[in-house]
Amino acid sequence: MMFVPGNNPGMMADAHIYGPDSIMLDLEDSVTMAEKDAARLLVYHALKSIDYGDTEMVVRINPLSTPYGRKDVEAVVKAGVDVIRMPKTETAGEVRELEAEILKVEQEIGAVGRTQIMAAIESALGIVNAYEIAKASDRMMGIALGAEDYSANLKTQRTPGGAELLLARETIVVAARAAGIACFDTVYSNLDDMETFRKEVELIKTLGFDGKSIINPRQIEVVNEVFAPSQKDIEKALRIIAAIKEAQQRGSGVISVNGKMVDRPVVIRAERTIALAVASGIIAKEDVL
Amino acid sequence: MRNTKVVSLEEAIRRSGLQDGMTISFHHHFRGGDKVVNLVVAKLAEMGFKDLHLAASSLSDVHAPLIGHIKAGVITRISTSGLRGELAEEISHGLMEHPVVFRSHGGRGSAIASGELHIDVAFLGASSCDPLGNASGCPRSDSAKSICGSLGYALPDARYADHVVVLTDDLVDYPNVPKSISACDVESVVVVDSVGDSSKISSGAIRDSKNPRDILLAQQAARVIINSGYFKDGFSIQTGTGGASLAAVKYIRESMLERGIKASFALGGITAHMVKLHEEGLIGRLVDVQSFDKVAAESLAHDQFHQEVSAVEYASADHSGSAVHALDIVILSALEVDTDFNVNVLVGSDGIIRGAIGGHPDTAEDSALSIIVVPLLRGRIPCVVPKVTTLVTPGAGVDVVVTEYGIAVNPRRPEIAERLATAGLKILDIKELSDKARSIIGKPDPLPSGEKVVGIVMDRHGRVLDEIHEVK
Repeated sequence: MMFVPGNNPGMMADAHIYGPDSIMLDLEDSVTMAEKDAARLLVYHALKSIDYGDTEMVVRINPLSTPYGRKDVEAVVKAGVDVIRMPKTETAGEVRELEAEILKVEQEIGAVGRTQIMAAIESALGIVNAYEIAKASDRMMGIALGAEDYSANLKTQRTPGGAELLLARETIVVAARAAGIACFDTVYSNLDDMETFRKEVELIKTLGFDGKSIINPRQIEVVNEVFAPSQKDIEKALRIIAAIKEAQQRGSGVISVNGKMVDRPVVIRAERTIALAVASGIIAKEDVL
Repeated sequence: MRNTKVVSLEEAIRRSGLQDGMTISFHHHFRGGDKVVNLVVAKLAEMGFKDLHLAASSLSDVHAPLIGHIKAGVITRISTSGLRGELAEEISHGLMEHPVVFRSHGGRGSAIASGELHIDVAFLGASSCDPLGNASGCPRSDSAKSICGSLGYALPDARYADHVVVLTDDLVDYPNVPKSISACDVESVVVVDSVGDSSKISSGAIRDSKNPRDILLAQQAARVIINSGYFKDGFSIQTGTGGASLAAVKYIRESMLERGIKASFALGGITAHMVKLHEEGLIGRLVDVQSFDKVAAESLAHDQFHQEVSAVEYASADHSGSAVHALDIVILSALEVDTDFNVNVLVGSDGIIRGAIGGHPDTAEDSALSIIVVPLLRGRIPCVVPKVTTLVTPGAGVDVVVTEYGIAVNPRRPEIAERLATAGLKILDIKELSDKARSIIGKPDPLPSGEKVVGIVMDRHGRVLDEIHEVK
């Protein structure tokens, strides 16, 4: 997920050409108070007029407690955004409040249920409530860690090894899995240190995250490389998927590969491997379907 | 030694027999750091000359003082490869009575050799020169003040002009060898404080572009080259100096190492990037018409396999021995490309002249594979358009257009399209690219052009290709 400031038309116009899986247009921290209205208008028109293709479009709105939050929701829901990212989420109640706000706008335009929610957790209280937040709404598609605010809230600072984030990261993965939604790691902002960035991506992949937030197209390659499954894994997964199709055609519930029965977790892992291979650009979507 | 050639600038001009209405010429090897044009024209103005034709290999931002000399009638005609900055803007708005004549580097070389562009007096800056006139772009003493490397664009002037004046900021003992300009072609030598600020040629350090768009374009261009069918041992290559071009060299290098492929030569404007590959043994020879940075200039001075060529030897269409005929692959930039693959590198979409033809049409036409690397959009300016503002390089010579939104292959080269598609590259119709740009930006208003012709673009064979009209 690539962060793009919502007040930069040049970057918004072609962010998708670098092939991120999703783009997050930001109305919150990267936009100054004086530019909030202008940025909202820009983001609205970008969503309406630019063909982002298959890229999932996310907008980070301002908190509903600010004078901008509700206007942000109205604009981006009307523009047809895929996902609204709510910053600094601390309680399930806040998610439900956003849900109600989204529903109001969706009813107005006759598109109920279209908009999903991603909650960014950026404080100790948010981590404590992570599972509650993750299952607060049917619209919840994922939770994400916002590490800058979180480490400030912990009264510490970020380190290259990321020891200060370990509990938060693990909590978010566990909460997301328990709730059956996705989880995304925080940004890494030193563009000149690709080695540390790679180590961080390797770490969060091991922890179980579905993806990494990035701030520059140059980081995409590293994320794709780290998350890319091996050729062997892909081939195995493709065989399993083929077996599933075959079983479906036979009308059988039993799936077997090379004479061995395939368990449900194996199927799930195979599907995830294929999804990652497609996202990393190793195989084309058409090859799977 | 009798030392009658070394004289003052005024005396050199007097000896040259220059008269009103004649043609004077200059080279642009010091690029943005050039001091010769302004110095000489100021002296000519002071001496009362009028109605001169200034035939430079190129002109840039630093030549804004020419505006005053044009208004005063000292300069009434200009021939050049390019124009930039304030001078270009004024000329685009109709400053001159006679249109500026634009030629490619190869076209200028040919025109000088054939006599079509006759030079009466050439004023050629050199970083070192001996009292007889053996001149070089390389420094040859501890007191040297400048370095520009190759003097390739000045060589036709030196050979064919009626009278040659070398200006230098480092007069060295005879013999100044190896020389670029022969003493036998030189009538006068003038010592000046400075012929050029070498630091403004380029910084000289290799910096990899961090612009993500440049990187994306470079990766795509490199993939095109590697899968084009021309990427094999002994290939030859020319690249420009844009961020994407230079970044492409990096990716090509990786593939050369991976596959054990070496290039026979690199041609044209030589950069530090090319010098690095040469020194690593990946490129056999450097054929240098213009040294684009200090590293390249220093390499030319010291490396026997890094050789200077003249503009004629580089890119003339009329000389079968010119290097472009042996060139396999060229990566070029563009201001605009149209749906017929025509390219404009000279005039902005606002009608203002802001570029140079350079070797663009020469290399595009004669190379085996020409690749134009261009962003689809520059801010809100579309770069793939239905029709170019000014035609500089005819589409017949352009094979592949690489943009950040996709790659288009000229229908004249179906075999290249097929090879790229087989390699998994997504090939689009160039009209799709043009439509994409239009869908994002909309249809631009027509240019507010006037009747007056301010520029004439000559093709490399000496025919008129297009006219540039004034902008109101």
